[in-house]
Parts: sequence; C-alpha cells; structure tokens
Amino acid sequence: MTIKSILTGATLALGFATGAFADAHQTKVGFVYVGPIGDGGWTYEHNKGRLAVEEAFGDAVETVFVESVPEGPDAERVMTQMALQGADLIFTTSFGYMDQTINVAANFPDVKFEHATGYKRADNVSTYSARFYEGRAVQGHIAGQMTESNIVGYIASFPIPEVIRGINSAYLHAKAVNPDVEFKIVWAYTWFDPAKEAEAASVLIEQGADVILQHTDSTAPQAAAQAAGNVVTFGQASDMAEFGPFPRVSSIIDDWAPYYIARTQAVIDGTWESTDTWDGIGPGMVGIGEISDAVPADVKVSAEALIETLRTGEYHAFTGPINKQDGSVWLAEGEIADDGTLAGMNFYVEGITGDIPQ
Amino acid sequence: MDLSSINPILLFASLMVAATPIILAAIGELVVERAGVLNLGVEGMMITGAVCGFIVAVGTGSPWLGFIGAAIGGAILSLVFGFLTQVLLSNQVATGLALTLFGLGLSALMGQGYIGVKAPSFPDWHIPLLGDIPVLGPIVFQHDPMVYVGLAIVAIVWAFLKYSRAGLILRAVGENHEAAHALGYHVIRVRIMAIMFGGACAGLGGAYLSLVRVPQWTEGMTAGAGWIALAIVVFASWRPGRLLLGAYLFGGVTVLQLNLQAAGAAIAVEYLSMAPYLATIFVLVIMRAGRAPGSLGQSFHASR
Repeated sequence: MTIKSILTGATLALGFATGAFADAHQTKVGFVYVGPIGDGGWTYEHNKGRLAVEEAFGDAVETVFVESVPEGPDAERVMTQMALQGADLIFTTSFGYMDQTINVAANFPDVKFEHATGYKRADNVSTYSARFYEGRAVQGHIAGQMTESNIVGYIASFPIPEVIRGINSAYLHAKAVNPDVEFKIVWAYTWFDPAKEAEAASVLIEQGADVILQHTDSTAPQAAAQAAGNVVTFGQASDMAEFGPFPRVSSIIDDWAPYYIARTQAVIDGTWESTDTWDGIGPGMVGIGEISDAVPADVKVSAEALIETLRTGEYHAFTGPINKQDGSVWLAEGEIADDGTLAGMNFYVEGITGDIPQ
Repeated sequence: MDLSSINPILLFASLMVAATPIILAAIGELVVERAGVLNLGVEGMMITGAVCGFIVAVGTGSPWLGFIGAAIGGAILSLVFGFLTQVLLSNQVATGLALTLFGLGLSALMGQGYIGVKAPSFPDWHIPLLGDIPVLGPIVFQHDPMVYVGLAIVAIVWAFLKYSRAGLILRAVGENHEAAHALGYHVIRVRIMAIMFGGACAGLGGAYLSLVRVPQWTEGMTAGAGWIALAIVVFASWRPGRLLLGAYLFGGVTVLQLNLQAAGAAIAVEYLSMAPYLATIFVLVIMRAGRAPGSLGQSFHASR
C-alpha cells in the first residue's frame, strides 16, 4: 500500500466522517431582518418567531440572523453568506428582498428560501404573508367611530400592494361606519426611522387627524400621539401594549411562530415544497390585540363581531360593491375580491383622495 | 390640494424641533473640524449619546441628568477616537467610520434592557410674556429647553471662534498645525479637547431624539441624522451662522414636505422626499462655498 493510497483512504474516511457528521448535524435556519430586532414592531415579531423555532426544536436546529439589512445588493450578500455557511432554510422577511431572494436561490438549489410578503416563487423559494388587511378592517371600523374631526391620518411606508391593501381596507371599513371620514396619507418611504415617523405623526395631528394608523415599524408615532393627548393609535405588527389603554386602543399582531416551526419541520422531514401561504385571522397568523376600554362599549362589541366573521371566513374584508378611485366598478354587489387582484393591488378605492406614488 | 390645512405657525414651530438634533451634532463637529480633525463618527457618538441619555434619564427620573449623561457618554466615545487618531496617529477617515459602526453596536448592546421603556417626560417651557406674543410666541418661545440650549451653544461657539483667544488658537491649530506648534501651542491637547466637545454635542443631539423627539429607545434610532450633520458642516463652510441656516432649512423642508403630502399636494412624493436634501445643498452651495481648514484630516506629530 503506497502512501498515496493511505492518504486517499484517510481523506475518504474523513469525508465520510464529516458527511456523517453533517447528517447528524443540526438543521440550520437563517433569518434576514430589515430592521433591528428591538424595533418593537415588525422585526421584533419575526425574531419572536425565530426564538419559538429554537425553543420548539432545541438542539436539533441552529438559527442565525442578520438584522438591519438594507433592501438591495447588501441583502444578496447576506443571503449568499448564510447559504455558504450551510443554512438549510432561509427566511427573508421584507418585501424589498424579493428579487435578491430569487437571485440567490438560483445559485443555491439545495437551500430552501422563504420570502415574506412577496409574489415571486421558484422551486426552492416559497412565499408567505399574512392577511394584514383583515386587521386593517377592524382598525378602520374602530377608527371611523372614534374620530371626532373625521380625519384619520395614515403613515404609509412604501407604495407596494401590501400597504395599499391596508389603506383601502381601513378606509372602506371606516367609511362604512362614518360616511364623512377622510384619510390623510403620508408616505414616509421607510420601514423604520423613528424620528421621521414621529415627524409624520405630528404633521398629521397638526392637520387635524385624531386617529393615526401606521404602516411603519417603530413605536414613535404612538409616543407622538400620546404627547398630543387626544389621538387614537393602533399597534402595528406587534402589540405595543406599553402605549395602552390610550392612545393605543388595539393592534395588529403578526404571529409567525407556527409557520416558522411548521416550515422548519418540513425541511427536517424532507417534505418541504415551494408554496404560497397567505393566512389571516382564522389560522392565527394575524392577531388582533386586546381592544382597550378607551373604546366605547358598543364599538368594541361590533368590532369583536367583525373579527369573528373575518375569523370564520363568513365575511371577506373586500366584498362588493366597491368602486375604484376613478369611479369604475371593481367589485359588483356581493362579489369577493380574488387573491390575484389583492396581491397586486395598485389602486385606491373610491373616496380616497390623492395619488399613489408610482 | 388644500393648503389651508397647513398651519404656518405650527409648521415653523415644528421646524425648530426637527432641526435641533442636527444643530447639536453639527455644531460639535464644526468645532472639531475647525481644529483640523475630521471625525466621521458623529452617527456613532449620537446613538451612543441617545442610549446613555436614555439610561440615565430612566434611572434617575430626570431628563436633565439624562442629557448630562448623554454628553459624557458621547465625550467618552469620542475620546477613543481622539486617542487613536491623535496619539497613535491612525487614519482619521477610517477611525471615524469605525467609530460609527462601533457606536451603533455598543448602543444596541447597552440598550438591551430598555426597549419599550418610557422616558420621563420633558415638558415644554412656556416662557412668560415672550411666549404670549402672537405668532412669534408659539413659534419661538414655547419649546422644550433643549431647543434653546442648542441655540445657545451655537451662539457661544460663534463668539468663541470669533472673539476669544482660545478660539484663535483652535483655528490656528486647524489651519496650520506646524505653525501653531512652532508658536508653542499644544496641538494634540487642543485637538483632543475639541474632539471631546464634538462628542458631547453629538451625544446631546442623540439624546434629544431618545428623550424628546421620539421619546423612546429603539436601536438605530438616529437613522442617519449624524451623516446629515456632517454634510451640513461642510456645506455651511465651517461657519456657525450658516450651519444654523442649513439645519433650519433641512428641518423646515422635511416638515414642509410631510405637510404638503398630508394636505394632498399634487407633487410626486419622490420629489417631496428628496426636497430637503436638494434645497439644503442648493442654498448653501449658492452662498459661495468657503475654504476648509488648512490642516483638516491630517495627522500631526511634533517630529515632522
């Protein structure tokens, strides 16, 4: 036996050993976050989902995460690095990571990717999102009845379907209970910038809004409303209960934990497939935070009834008749919006003033 | 579009508040750069000040002590920069950038237990008599005390640089450190003091965000305000008066663009969003650009 063959044998053995080790090795799950895990909103909840995965699987799963990753080329680098470091499953948790996720996934066919709130899929890329608009319907329902100035301020982030859906849903349900309601919408062009969000909230309050809805991730608008004294807010993405019972009267809570655990299990079992998940209040992906006592009792009762019908699926938040902003018919009487239109929503419904930035 | 819904008095009043953190951070950096040191770590010192101020204010219940804590925190962090660049002669640009990254990480670590905690409130001052003047009163004289502290610091820096002997020495060190050294001035000592002043001011600016503007601790909450402050120093040609103008312009257009959006102005949001940056650069460039301090960004060692 030559030295060479001994070496070859040793190398092979080593190879098998590491291979065997890799098999027994933990499943590695990566998370890419758009904000810091301490934002108290969107990323905070995704991170709670990650911690739930760790708790559920113990030593069988290792999780890694990178926070505050900008949407753009940086995200691609972060994902590539995670894949190279042996991640088996990577959750990319912001809409703006969509193209980057698809690009990186093409380079790593064996790694599974899960992109939140997007619509592009591949064999190893799933998408998942929550029907936040169901929560927005509840917010609109409460907001429309609690506003005295009839002006509702809305801090929007980016003009993407998810945000526009939220605005439309909130408006429709506010309008249903208060025909005089008016929405003032400010586009902050950020998911997370506490100073700018506080600024936007103050501006809306100065212009007469006494309810502030936010689609940005920090608690700064809550604090601004609290300082103003008589302004109602809703928690966004997370409960933000520290601002209850007033100004925060309720909230939309994202609960990603069950989904993250199920998908990690699927990877471990080898049953993972590319899917498109879009769950609402019913399956529990969207939670409605406790409606505080600052809300009048009758409003609270009707809001809870609305939550119940949304939960059972008896009522859909986009049920006709609904016209588009230009007055053309979108949904006829009793017609229910299809998921395709909702997923790509790029128009306001009738009654909202202003244009969507293009 | 319904412009009548914009209240000009409230607009100008919120302009002063929006500009304050930038003024505080920028005036500190102005002194640092006039002493010939380029500290790109403003963002890191701001965020560290924000978290230090928040921790002290929550711990003691006093926002004033919080601001003092923020100034000390910012100054200590800047001392790291001062030691590396002035004593060990490291590259100022690289060290400053590292300071920003370090500050962001350090603040996130220090702020771990403070997420979701509320800061003690810091009430506005209603200055008697002056606050009752119609129009001017609500715009200028009904803010929280830190707005006036910021203005006072700008005025003091202006007078210090223009009229005092110490200010002359500081400028000499910044213009030509070898000549200043030949005259017997202690270049390194002057610069380290300037750097600490810059750190303290940046810390105050950060704490203004975490204690007054937002008021809460969230990671990364300065969100680039330190970089704006740096840019304003350059565009203001290293002069305190113009710095004030630049910061108010930036703050003003920021608030105005949100107001226009809320009022439903028929201007594309993209243009409105870029307006603060464009307007500030445009005006300050038009006003005849000044010359940078002669020794800006150069290391000094007595042996050369």
